[in-house]
Amino acid sequence: MLKKLAFTGLGALTALVGFLAPAAYAQNEQFIPMLVYRTGPYAPSGIPVANGFRDYYTLVNKRDGGINGVKISFEECETQYNTKLGVECYEKLKNKGPTGAALFNPYSTGITYQLIPKAPVDKIPILSMGYGMTAAADGTVFPYVFNFPMTYWGQASAFVRYVAKQEGGFENLRGRKIALIYHNSAYGKEPIPTLEVLSQKYGYNLKLLAVDHPGQEQGATWLQIRQYRPDWIFMWGWGVMNQVAVKEAASIRYPMDHFIGVWWSGSEADVVPAGKGAIGYKAGDFHGTGAGFPVHKDIIKYVYNGNAQEAKNNNIGEVLYNRGVVNAMFSVEAIRTAMQKYGNKPLTGEQVRWGLEHLRVTDSHLKALGMADFTQPIEVTCSRHNGVGGRVYIQQWDGNGWKKASDWLEPIEEVVWEQVKQASKNYAFENRITPRVCSGQS
Amino acid sequence: MLYREAGQFKTSYAADQALLPIVQDRWFLAVLLAIAYLVVPFVADEYWLQAVLIPFLVFSMAALGLNLLTGYAGQVSLGTGGFMAVGAYATYKMATTFPDLNILVIFLLAGLIAAAVGLIFGIPSLRIKGFYLAVATLAAQFFLGWMFNKIGWFYNDNPSGTITAPPRLVMDFMVTGPRATAEVRYIVALVLVTVFALAAKNLVRGRIGRAWMAVRDRDIAAEIIGIRPFQTKLLAFAISSFYCGLAGAMSLFLWLGSAETEAWDINVSFQVLFMVIIGGLGSILGSFLGAAFITLVPIFLTNAPQMFGVNMATDLQKHLEVMIFGGLIVYFLIVEPNGFARLWQITKEKLRRWPFPY
Repeated sequence: MLKKLAFTGLGALTALVGFLAPAAYAQNEQFIPMLVYRTGPYAPSGIPVANGFRDYYTLVNKRDGGINGVKISFEECETQYNTKLGVECYEKLKNKGPTGAALFNPYSTGITYQLIPKAPVDKIPILSMGYGMTAAADGTVFPYVFNFPMTYWGQASAFVRYVAKQEGGFENLRGRKIALIYHNSAYGKEPIPTLEVLSQKYGYNLKLLAVDHPGQEQGATWLQIRQYRPDWIFMWGWGVMNQVAVKEAASIRYPMDHFIGVWWSGSEADVVPAGKGAIGYKAGDFHGTGAGFPVHKDIIKYVYNGNAQEAKNNNIGEVLYNRGVVNAMFSVEAIRTAMQKYGNKPLTGEQVRWGLEHLRVTDSHLKALGMADFTQPIEVTCSRHNGVGGRVYIQQWDGNGWKKASDWLEPIEEVVWEQVKQASKNYAFENRITPRVCSGQS
Repeated sequence: MLYREAGQFKTSYAADQALLPIVQDRWFLAVLLAIAYLVVPFVADEYWLQAVLIPFLVFSMAALGLNLLTGYAGQVSLGTGGFMAVGAYATYKMATTFPDLNILVIFLLAGLIAAAVGLIFGIPSLRIKGFYLAVATLAAQFFLGWMFNKIGWFYNDNPSGTITAPPRLVMDFMVTGPRATAEVRYIVALVLVTVFALAAKNLVRGRIGRAWMAVRDRDIAAEIIGIRPFQTKLLAFAISSFYCGLAGAMSLFLWLGSAETEAWDINVSFQVLFMVIIGGLGSILGSFLGAAFITLVPIFLTNAPQMFGVNMATDLQKHLEVMIFGGLIVYFLIVEPNGFARLWQITKEKLRRWPFPY
């Protein structure tokens, strides 16, 4: 008995012992935290993103010797796309490194929502690239949050523009039926207000179909699709929900080229399980697909020592891998921009914020990074944290890979920005924030 | 030796019925509380407070609530997450509707609202028992989660359906909102947990608690000796839901800051139920031990590899964590099916005879 007790006591003791051993970081390194999810129901989406980030940071370190000579150190923290674990990870990583976290890429709209109020207090910027809270595009109310190159609302309106093009003009939208299948969370609900406003403007009918977390259970949703017979389906899904939806659509023989996913629903992992049935499925995207860009050659050369197969095993060239690369590139370039002002040393979150706000990525810049035509040039300003000039295109799955299926599409800016201003005004009012004034410079 | 009560004479009924009749226990608790109130806020950093201790306190509150219902009154419930959501949404709704009302008052009012909701979902307990009741409360869990997601009024019709704790002051201290320091949040949570743990401890040794235990042990016998099952069971549901509602309010306002219904999903209900089972059914101390085990051990396991200087892949680490944690649960349940509270009791008895066991 005593032995038993001793064992249990030992178990309890180890749990009580302090465990805050601060990891050692070199004094001249820029620390970038990584919130990842390599396990759980969202892992199919989370793994390629995390690998893309990791490989790009490693590439910058190995090829360029860091950002202007300042090496990047990074640490992953597993969130499982769960907001509670997200809080823990944020608290754990925010003060690491010589200057604290440079910026956070939460990769979860839920975690982004949670960090948005904390960002100005801790003075660590959040780069929620193409996700998170759309209203945060208003830099006057959200100085520490960035969501370029495009918001969910922008993307939803661009989808409507695309549908209008396919139908032969906006006037032909009248009476059309569009269904939105969305993840029943803050993320999935994002496009609803925009699609509703646009449905009043253009006269199409909108049906909203929620899918509950984690998204495996969609029988009822697709039964409703069969009854409603929509002309177009939009989907705001993530993780395992995407695969299930594409499979279900294929099994009811829905015309796949009328089924458009958000750019988080257009990865290889989403369509491969449905086999041939997925051919024709479309999704939004804002960067190149495949591993044929110079940056990929560099990654294989520097990160994988020329071992292309190993790179392939690490998802190189997949849509979400490329997303991670683009996101890491924006993060690095923001830090580089900030270094122009603050010098080539590890920067604080506050300084990186300045860099994000003055980020300007041009075509020639992209070319120098080995990313010519990989993504669109972008310019962030004080008031426009969603960037100026963000565009999206539609890609289509042909059974082997994603192919570009449209030109670059612009959002319906006059509607979207109006709504952003309204929503950010509400947020400022509820949380007692006085919007700052963006004069010409700053 | 350490726990010898020889020489401690009780000369009055009050002394005999004290909460902690043994001097050593009183000292132990006093030291523990002194550390919790006076040392921890100054020593612990933000990570410890925000990611370790505050969630522990929140879940202690929830486990206390469920233990009253399941451990003392014998009614199995899987609706804990739902009742926590009621508390959180009620607090949010009241805090945004009446911005000038003291947030602590709102916490208590939200607890009362959760109690009312618990009362309604407790009604089936008069007819159904055991596993069947668990399924009925499961319905509460799903219904409440669905409702808060579906009806825009509950989240003030904001486009994302996320509720955010607005900044509120109590006596010039920012208690909620992003600018509230972790220390203040921790103290508020600690005060609430201390007060309500004390209340629970007193509740269960009084008339109400005895009635609950009588119903738990044999409801027909309880009825025969004059305990009304209707009032007793419903009261258990109401008080338990009050605690859970309070825990929900704390989890939004003092811990998460911003959340959607997914934060109080079925997993939370299971987690709290596990806390109660592993900690010890029918024990106030057990609620705390269970909450500590379920919230702290995974955090420890997450940090352990780095602590020992082992670098491993994030996913491997997470998988290992889940496996070890699962193994530990099974291990402890085999060692002591009655939970940590019983282990603690055995330890105390051993210590009493130590170092001369017989």
